Amino acid sequence: MSDIQSAVKSYLLEEFFPDESPDALEDSTPLISSGILDSLSTIKLVSFLEERYGIQFEAHEVSRENLDTLDLIAETVGSKRNG
Amino acid sequence: MSAAAVETPGRLESLLTDSATRWPDRVALEDPATGERVTYGELDERSTRYARALAERGVRRGDRVGLAVPKSIDSVAWIFGILKAGAAYVPVDPDAPAARSRGIFVDCSVAAIVAATSVAGSLEADEDSPWLEGTAFGPNVVLLTGGADDEEPASATRGGGTLAYILYTSGSTGAPKGVMHSHASARAFVDWCSETFEPNEDDRFSSHAPFHFDLSIFDLYVAIKHGAGIVLIGEDSGKSPLQLAEIAADRGITFWYSTPTVLRLMLEYGRMEGRDYGDLRMVFFAGEVFPIGQLRRLRRLWSEPRFFNLYGPTETNVCTWYEVGPHIPDDRIEPVPIGRPASGDLCRVVDPDGAPVPAGDEGELVVSGGSVMLGYWGRPERTAASTLVDDDGVSWYRTGDIVREDEAGDYVFLGRRDRMVKRRGYRVELGEIESALYRHPDIVEAGVVATSDDESGVAITAFLAWAGDGSPSAIMLKRHCAGNLPAYMVPDAFIAVESLPKTSTDKIDYQRLERDVGVPGRGSDAPVGAQRRESG
Repeated sequence: MSDIQSAVKSYLLEEFFPDESPDALEDSTPLISSGILDSLSTIKLVSFLEERYGIQFEAHEVSRENLDTLDLIAETVGSKRNG
Repeated sequence: MSAAAVETPGRLESLLTDSATRWPDRVALEDPATGERVTYGELDERSTRYARALAERGVRRGDRVGLAVPKSIDSVAWIFGILKAGAAYVPVDPDAPAARSRGIFVDCSVAAIVAATSVAGSLEADEDSPWLEGTAFGPNVVLLTGGADDEEPASATRGGGTLAYILYTSGSTGAPKGVMHSHASARAFVDWCSETFEPNEDDRFSSHAPFHFDLSIFDLYVAIKHGAGIVLIGEDSGKSPLQLAEIAADRGITFWYSTPTVLRLMLEYGRMEGRDYGDLRMVFFAGEVFPIGQLRRLRRLWSEPRFFNLYGPTETNVCTWYEVGPHIPDDRIEPVPIGRPASGDLCRVVDPDGAPVPAGDEGELVVSGGSVMLGYWGRPERTAASTLVDDDGVSWYRTGDIVREDEAGDYVFLGRRDRMVKRRGYRVELGEIESALYRHPDIVEAGVVATSDDESGVAITAFLAWAGDGSPSAIMLKRHCAGNLPAYMVPDAFIAVESLPKTSTDKIDYQRLERDVGVPGRGSDAPVGAQRRESG
């Protein structure tokens, strides 16, 4: 699990917050509900996850419930890979 | 109690009651997120019940009632319930920061608030809030009542409840301002749409725009007037291009209306190629400029339906329109025009003194006619400042948009007169973002600029002088802004500087800041945060 979190974290920092200290983004930091990721960033994140982990998101799965924190993202990706 | 029966011709709720009489069993609304649907008869009945509940709790004709609920069938029933009670509805984004919503409800002294259970607590929990009594209405809605009494600003027209709704838009001084529309000004637009686009009871309308956004006036009232079906698209699906592309195809939508941003995201990320959009017959966009390259691609993908560019600040509903032809030449680089007067309005292009310019010259577009707002709630001086009275005594609303008339007689949008930009169809006063930044204790100076961006249309960059320890975190700044502003106003990037550049008159030099966007190191200090403009 933790390697998904760290891979996603590196992606987010690199893609959207290049000069940010990694400490600013914790596993439980709300990403979508807090305004850190907007709709376009969320779509880009989904494309990244699909490509990197060989999974597919259905339209209704691109949601706050599934993607709001690094923990949730890891959980969602994990269950998709196993499913 | 007869407060639930303020039904005279020309009012918005009579559109529903008339359609419910004519087509009681036709489906009025469906919500793909829940699978729920409601007929015209049921919607009419439910909204009458809500009107009665409001009246029983002291809501009277001419009152305002706040609406802070996610889009749903029930929220539409409440809108009509409020109207049937003779009151005006004041919709806010249920996801917006509570402080902003509360400020809006205090500003127009609502008598009651229809709130989602999840947000009701944050609206009550303030010593300034007079809404003390909460009644649960089903599992999802709390009705807060006991609101302010008759402190009526002079600009308000209580007489007989002519006010239908107030939409708050971004204000340059930091406080949103309330655009007041009457039943008549909404109907001027709705009735014009009827004649111009001729919908019928077999049509199916998308309802993408949230109810606090003026595009929703078309979706709700034009559809309901004609007994058509409305497919409600909630806040979450509304942001997902994949879901939107799916809904537009699979729900048999015939009338689609959204901002260009939404259509562009669907085009780029919606995987639309494999889907069947054969039911679409009318596509409308409004709220901002549609970049021509993407409009051309969409026109090719959707070659059958007719396309319309609708233009109008919230203050005017829609005041000009333009039909986009089937073929957009490859070498066209200019966006499509905003077109010719709509809604029975008159338009004129004027110079800074308010005098009409010769045809074809640049000037500010001013609008006069039935679809123009009553004014700004409680701000007669703002209303006066936005009104031009000509030598014949005719009042014109000053749009602040600079246009010219082209050879064909269509108006072409050229830009803004002031510091307002359109982003995802929403109005953003850059000054309001600065006010929000100043609420952070460590920000001593803030200057916000908007620049055009290929990917997202408009990118917003905040320059700030920082008094805190170290350098500010972009993530922290985003969260601060998201706590004080609606999501569409949160800047894409933040750049910390020693101090902001000033003009010779000691004002912030915005032109210099615009040049400094995306040029690392051009400020007096190193930039922080997201230098890539990732937003949409």
